[in-house]
Amino acid sequence: MSSLRLGYIPLIDAAPLIVAHEMGFAAEEGLRFDIVRLNTWAQSRDMLGAGMIDAAHMLMPIPVAQAIGLGPRMPALDLVMYLSHGGQAFAVNTDIAARLRAEGHAFDFTDARRAGTALRRVIKGPLRVGVPFMFSTQLELTHHWLRACGFAPEDLDLRTVPPPMMADALAAGEVDAFCVGEPWPSFAVERGIAALLLPGPAVWAAPPEKGLVLRRDFTEMRGAETGALMRAIWRAGRWLDEPDHRGAAAEIMSRPEYLDLPSELAERGLTGRLTVTPRGELRQAPGFLAFHSGGASFPWKSQAALIARNIALRHGLDQMAAMRAAMPHFRTDLYRQHLRSAGAALPGASLRIEGMIDADRTVPAERGQMVLRADRFFDGFVFDPPTPDSSTS
Amino acid sequence: MLKKLLIVVVEPDPARAELIAEGLTHSGDHDVRIIAEQSSLSRQVAELRPDVVLIDIANPSRDVLEELALASGPADRPVAMFVDRSDEQMTRSAIEAGISAYVVAGLQPDRIKPIMDAAVARFHILQQLRAELAATRAALEERKIVDRAKAILMKARGIDEAEAYGLLRKTAMDQGKRIGDIAQQLVTAAGLLGG
Repeated sequence: MSSLRLGYIPLIDAAPLIVAHEMGFAAEEGLRFDIVRLNTWAQSRDMLGAGMIDAAHMLMPIPVAQAIGLGPRMPALDLVMYLSHGGQAFAVNTDIAARLRAEGHAFDFTDARRAGTALRRVIKGPLRVGVPFMFSTQLELTHHWLRACGFAPEDLDLRTVPPPMMADALAAGEVDAFCVGEPWPSFAVERGIAALLLPGPAVWAAPPEKGLVLRRDFTEMRGAETGALMRAIWRAGRWLDEPDHRGAAAEIMSRPEYLDLPSELAERGLTGRLTVTPRGELRQAPGFLAFHSGGASFPWKSQAALIARNIALRHGLDQMAAMRAAMPHFRTDLYRQHLRSAGAALPGASLRIEGMIDADRTVPAERGQMVLRADRFFDGFVFDPPTPDSSTS
Repeated sequence: MLKKLLIVVVEPDPARAELIAEGLTHSGDHDVRIIAEQSSLSRQVAELRPDVVLIDIANPSRDVLEELALASGPADRPVAMFVDRSDEQMTRSAIEAGISAYVVAGLQPDRIKPIMDAAVARFHILQQLRAELAATRAALEERKIVDRAKAILMKARGIDEAEAYGLLRKTAMDQGKRIGDIAQQLVTAAGLLGG
């Protein structure tokens, strides 16, 4: 039995790693997982780079930023599959929530345009928004949403706050709002200091969130273990997307060695049934968090390109060069090679126009058909990726 | 004479910070500052413009420093330890010791090396102290659990303390487990049964 060391940050979307370990999917593939809880994204990246963990649960923009050269020098990192889509929520402090309510906002937790416009009306001066890392889906969503709702770049002050410290930062008045993955938004609501305005998928219906990231040399030298790891995680994702299993998943995730929080709190994000205000208003967010269904784990190269373009724009770098640098790090080839035998549905292409699917749609797959999740942006934005170099497939 | 290097140590615990700072001062004539306050970390580092920042690799505030590293111009951008000129062994030993370092680009390796060596040595001592403290705590915790398990057995079976302990020990040996684990199981089960 071979042993792999996996790093994760305490968030409910680390569930595929933990479920693969706890429910025996790893053992089925002849793997023993040593699961290490880490505190910071930089720690995760550096430990992976130094070979002190073999694979990491990681924000999908981090390997993109590394590819563009916006991180420390280290061996190449590749994202071999997604672990999750969605799972994020936007929260505002109770003062802003009260002003929104006074304007007649009903906290519908659905309509990004309405929420963004209302927020624009009540905010004077820059809005300080906490995001978990400078390279994160949360930052992308915040930026996309608020820019489209009339916030100029100088109206947005995005600040890094590690997820478990998000509620403290809001309570201390260091940020006015934040966007972070569950359970931390619910944790802040439970403390009575925040109201949830929107789920991440209200801005972008299927926002890719965490990836399984490995060093490229590991995937080359230890190909068999890479495949076994991917299959174990893929089966855990499939298990997690059975609606009956989300409660059990919440129980596992809430244990002291993982999130160390009440199971009820972990369950909110896992079931998409969230308490959005301290006065206990409940909202059901459909498709809040997906691990597997609708081809959720397929690492589209067009998404690497989209994030690379956005990062390049913000940091004043060449967009085309950034997109071309990032795309080869999303390993659709390894996904096909290692997950075909497990029965994963494989799309006919490895890149697509992003934002084109209004509702879940059945499309031709490598064999038969597959369902792709709706991926529209609330403002109708679409992104047409460049054609990749011949070296990428 | 080279300019004194300004080294910032980010550590909320004053005793630990002092230990690290002392080690660094021995490694050369440096100006060492300590930042304990996490919330103003970003502002303080931006104002001080240190040559080297040393921070516990697991300190959650580290991700804030990443932001700062990006905010500065490419020329004077501080970089984390995986910098091209730092050798791999140094990077690895630093990470193993639990340090991350942000070093201003362009600083000569021969000036960084002694600082890192001193920091690694100090972080190792800290790790050891932390491990000892954790072990002491765990031992105390286990003794409490064993005491509770003994009390449950004494009450349920009408035996004395020595017999109760003997029973726990025998069960542990039979099952190839630690006494603490058996005691924990018993306490949990008794809790479920309302005992």
